[in-house]
Amino acid sequence: MLTGKYLISKTSVSDSLRFSWHALRAYPARTVLMLTATAIGVAAVIILTALGEGARQYISNEFSSLGTHLVIVFPGYSKTSGLGSLAMVNATPRDLTLDDALSLTHNHNIRRIAPLNIGSVNASFGGRSREVPILGTSHAFLKLRHWQLAQGRFLPLTDLERTTPVCVIGQKVHNELFGSQSPLGQWLRLGDRRFRVIGVLATEGRSIGVDVQDIVIIPVASAQQLFNTPSLFRILVEAKNRFAIEPVKQFVIQQLKQRHQGKRDVTVITQDAVLVTFDRILGSLTYAVGGIAAISMAVAGILIMNVMLVAVSQRRSEIGLLKALGAPQNQVVQLILFEAMMLAALGAVLGLLLGELGCYIIRVVFPELPAYAPLWALLSSVAVSLLAGLLFSLLPARQAARLDPVLALTGK
Amino acid sequence: MIDLINIHRDFKVGDQTVHALDNINLNIQPGEYLSIMGPSGSGKSTLLNLIGLLDSASRGTYLLNQQDVTALNEREKAAIRSQTIGFVFQAFHLIPRLSAAQNIELPLILAGIPPEQRQPRVQKAVRGMGLTDRAGHTPDQLSGGQRQRVAIARATIMQPKILLADEPTGNLDQKSGQDVIHILEQLNQQGISLIIVTHDAHIGQRAKRRLQMLDGRIQSDNNSPLTAAAYPETHSQQVQANADVNR
Repeated sequence: MLTGKYLISKTSVSDSLRFSWHALRAYPARTVLMLTATAIGVAAVIILTALGEGARQYISNEFSSLGTHLVIVFPGYSKTSGLGSLAMVNATPRDLTLDDALSLTHNHNIRRIAPLNIGSVNASFGGRSREVPILGTSHAFLKLRHWQLAQGRFLPLTDLERTTPVCVIGQKVHNELFGSQSPLGQWLRLGDRRFRVIGVLATEGRSIGVDVQDIVIIPVASAQQLFNTPSLFRILVEAKNRFAIEPVKQFVIQQLKQRHQGKRDVTVITQDAVLVTFDRILGSLTYAVGGIAAISMAVAGILIMNVMLVAVSQRRSEIGLLKALGAPQNQVVQLILFEAMMLAALGAVLGLLLGELGCYIIRVVFPELPAYAPLWALLSSVAVSLLAGLLFSLLPARQAARLDPVLALTGK
Repeated sequence: MIDLINIHRDFKVGDQTVHALDNINLNIQPGEYLSIMGPSGSGKSTLLNLIGLLDSASRGTYLLNQQDVTALNEREKAAIRSQTIGFVFQAFHLIPRLSAAQNIELPLILAGIPPEQRQPRVQKAVRGMGLTDRAGHTPDQLSGGQRQRVAIARATIMQPKILLADEPTGNLDQKSGQDVIHILEQLNQQGISLIIVTHDAHIGQRAKRRLQMLDGRIQSDNNSPLTAAAYPETHSQQVQANADVNR
């Protein structure tokens, strides 16, 4: 007659919570110890995954400053090709042309393309002259390589075939040829032609083996005239996103094959292939440190179990009393579990705050490292701490529930 | 109301079996005032725990309100403890972190009674025990007598039919002890069945019905509602048997 009515514990959730809260407050040392253990576990997961993720982001950012979703096309194709195939550029049966580059523009996966010609001529201004590497390219090049301008503007957006006598110069060229004079609007002599300086690059470092500060950039058609060649050195293609890279690569190969009488005579490489490898390594590193941190949560869980076992033995007479007052086993279990879950939840919240604070400090100290914990780390660390709190308190709770009330009350 | 029939309670201590209760037959009517006396180890606390369903018989039948409770499961026994039985302990067993009022409230919480119904009952109990100005105090701020009054309030807040008191004055001075006994007797006059286990002969004598226990048996029962004929071995013969064993 009684069983059905008492299948679930009668004490309401809010009453159980209040009772557990009183119990937690009554043993501050124990509560603080367990909160600390859980909080450290959660914070460790958050900070370590944030570090891993930050490192991944950092590398990714570095690569994207080189132009991330980049597909590079160059003439010549060897089946055993690697980077060594660069040596075969001169032996190619057919050159890449501006028309080849133009044929690649109409594809929804391609954000922008920039043809590239490279050479070296004598540049002079006033009485000074120096040998400079020349980059013949287009308007899209600046954004494609994520370069910055210090002054003026970049090559204008015009048809690729159009020659325009304008140039953009590197910092070093500026300093060496123009000194303190503003180069904007000046005519710079390159070989036997004159180009008006319309911009100065701010970017430093090296690209394609040349010092960016030491180059002069002119429209690709002008470069072809200057070097008297119809061919291109490279075509740089930027895919819309990471997932578009492979389709773009296939598109480029097919398109150029079609244009070259069905012969595959170009090599297409992706910078992203390198990045993907890095990404994978650092991604698994993040999981690895996350896993290591998760072990610390398991340790926290075992600590919770031990402390709850001690709590049960400390409070034997109290549990005996609860039973004498008519609390059935499941109610005793519920009270112990509530207590552990409350500890775990408070610890998790504390850990979240601690972890986020740690990440913030890392970001302040190392501004270049975007140490943000991924969402999965936040969610799983909280979930694991709650689960650990629950699992590891089941045993103490069952032990409490099975206490013989007579023995418990007499302190035996 | 309480019917114990051929109750045995054996404990295993090492490889020896101790007969804490040895063939107990006892009938207690509603509203009775009964004291159980006897030396340490005579089984009087075991008998009280058994009546209170904290302990179970090894053999025998226990009928509570004509219901056989020997076979009930743990949950059903807990429900009966909650509704029908109140305990008062020698060591008070108040929860130290809770105030007097919260201690009194505890059985109501465990029984799942909603807060708005609990408060008036707790306040009434607090007033009834003369603890109004002590309600917010924790047990360590209360005197022994006050603590036992809190414990009695807690034991009776669910309005049980049976109140079991195990040495209720054992930890109290003479004066507080008498107060506590008076409170318990008042409750008995209001209709609750009161069973007191005590060492104190003076307190034991106050009960209308007095049980003497020795070696797990009821040695004497001054006012059994049963006739000697119904349970012959519980009376003169058993006394004689015990005397023989002890000789």
